[in-house]
Amino acid sequence: MSSVALRKAEPAAGTTRGPARPRRIALVPTLTLLLGAVYCLLPVAWVVIASTKSGSELFSTFTFWPGTGFADNVADLSAYRDGVYWQWMGNSALYAGLGALLSTCVSAVSGYALAVYRFRGRESLFNVLLAGVLMPPVILAIPQYLLLAKADLTDSYLSVLLPQILSPYGVYLARIYAAAAVPSDVVEAGRMDGAGEWRIFSRVALPMMVPGLVTVFLFQFVAIWNNFLLPYIMLSDDEKFPITLGLYTLLEQGANTPALYTLVITGAFLAVFPLVALFLVIQRFWSLDLLSGAVKS
Amino acid sequence: MRSTPRRTSYGVKGAPYAFLIPAGLLFLLFFALPIGYAVWLSFRKVRVSGLGLGAGAREEVWAGLENYTGALSDSELLDGALRVLGYGCIVVPVMLGLALVFALMLDSERVRLAPVTRLAIFLPYAIPGVVAALLWGFLYLPDVSPFYFVLDRFGLPQPDLLDGGPLYLALSNIAVWGGTGFNMIVIYTALRAIPAEVYEAARLDGATPLQTALRIKIPMVAPSLVLTFFFSIIATLQVFSEPTTLKPLTNSVSTTWSPLMKVYQDAFGNGDIYAAAAQATLIALATLVLSFGFLRAANRRSKQEAAR
Repeated sequence: MSSVALRKAEPAAGTTRGPARPRRIALVPTLTLLLGAVYCLLPVAWVVIASTKSGSELFSTFTFWPGTGFADNVADLSAYRDGVYWQWMGNSALYAGLGALLSTCVSAVSGYALAVYRFRGRESLFNVLLAGVLMPPVILAIPQYLLLAKADLTDSYLSVLLPQILSPYGVYLARIYAAAAVPSDVVEAGRMDGAGEWRIFSRVALPMMVPGLVTVFLFQFVAIWNNFLLPYIMLSDDEKFPITLGLYTLLEQGANTPALYTLVITGAFLAVFPLVALFLVIQRFWSLDLLSGAVKS
Repeated sequence: MRSTPRRTSYGVKGAPYAFLIPAGLLFLLFFALPIGYAVWLSFRKVRVSGLGLGAGAREEVWAGLENYTGALSDSELLDGALRVLGYGCIVVPVMLGLALVFALMLDSERVRLAPVTRLAIFLPYAIPGVVAALLWGFLYLPDVSPFYFVLDRFGLPQPDLLDGGPLYLALSNIAVWGGTGFNMIVIYTALRAIPAEVYEAARLDGATPLQTALRIKIPMVAPSLVLTFFFSIIATLQVFSEPTTLKPLTNSVSTTWSPLMKVYQDAFGNGDIYAAAAQATLIALATLVLSFGFLRAANRRSKQEAAR
């Protein structure tokens, strides 16, 4: 497994590419990348600053000039409908955390089975699973809603959690990772020792798959946290809303009342904050090489 | 693989099937069954007898292809498809073009600040589509936007970004902003995997960095470009949350702006789940045909490469 893609390119690649020249800065690439970074950070910087402004400052002062109302904004937001905002955050953490954990378990065991065993129907099973990726979410979510309604499960935590456990993409990632990280002679050695198949998987293969599974977990976490459509269709009780849906309803109410703008903006900032923080801390653990299938053992 | 007796309840032969039970069950319950149900509904309709009051006045009957002919001649659906087509024609080339340029720049020699800028460009991936649309939505609003502030200062015309043609640009910008970093990382990872000897040969031939990029790097990362292209097309066809989020901010985004919004509107707004099911089936079919045709072409290519 090659190292994490987000780490800085090892100098080895650069040094073999050219003779030792004086270290000049390549101006065009550096400037292009800086421009790209500014473009990508602009809305984030805006929301950070806008969330510090009081309602009147928002419309009167220059956009990128910080205001004085951050504490008040947070207090207002926390007071909004008895703190329903923090309930939304908690719900998102629950949906994404538990959902991603379950999803990773299912992906691990399925990916391992598809990578290590040769059995009849393996490829067709895999292809059928993968076809799930191609299904537009609305096309799944509407009949899922109608069917869950028959089981009296709509507007519940389960209705958002259950449909997101199986992730075709997670199974795909786990499979290519298991194929690269679990050598077949290790599995064979386990059999020689008389270990059962489940024991080989859980004691020997699973620890080897951990770095890949961290990636599966993170992808699924982000996917569920960012999901809007499924909760939008399934839920009507706003106590169960995740943050995406909550912010949307807040915006819907706030669009015509500029007084609510500050709430929406502060809410958006606080919703972005944990994910960006999480992202910055864990980006070292993402095996993004998996994405392009470039796994080397 | 030869099966030998095991002490466990299942042998080597049964193990993979046992391991796949959870995924299989979830697939049946949350993928196969809903899809089957949607297809079934798409051939049904409600017949109302009398005034439609009382029990038994509304019954579900077979509709044949009625819902499908209805969907294909529905101007709202076709308009939505055209809008998404126009939107996709902006999003996909711009997003992938930027992703490719950034990836090549990251991979070039003597570039500074690469780790920081790479992280910054990838950052929007972590931000939910709804929040991204919300942030940009505010940046498009004349009252709070820094762009309008600057335009105002210099006395320049101030276009309404949330109406007409600019609306497409405004929506495309949100998708480009959110997706460029992810695609950049995929392409960049592929660039890093190119063996150093290739560059050595190019250098001996006296190739300039630009020539190296055009003649060597881009052709060698073609499989990644195919992959990102494929995922971008699918994501574009499915655009839903961004226009839905902008809806409260402008009257120009109708409830049927994209085909998926139209499906949602028919199913829950108009309560016609049968028409919605037929439209959904059509969209799914179009996606599948497009994807499998595309994957076939891509597969043929990678098989040739694997054969080497």
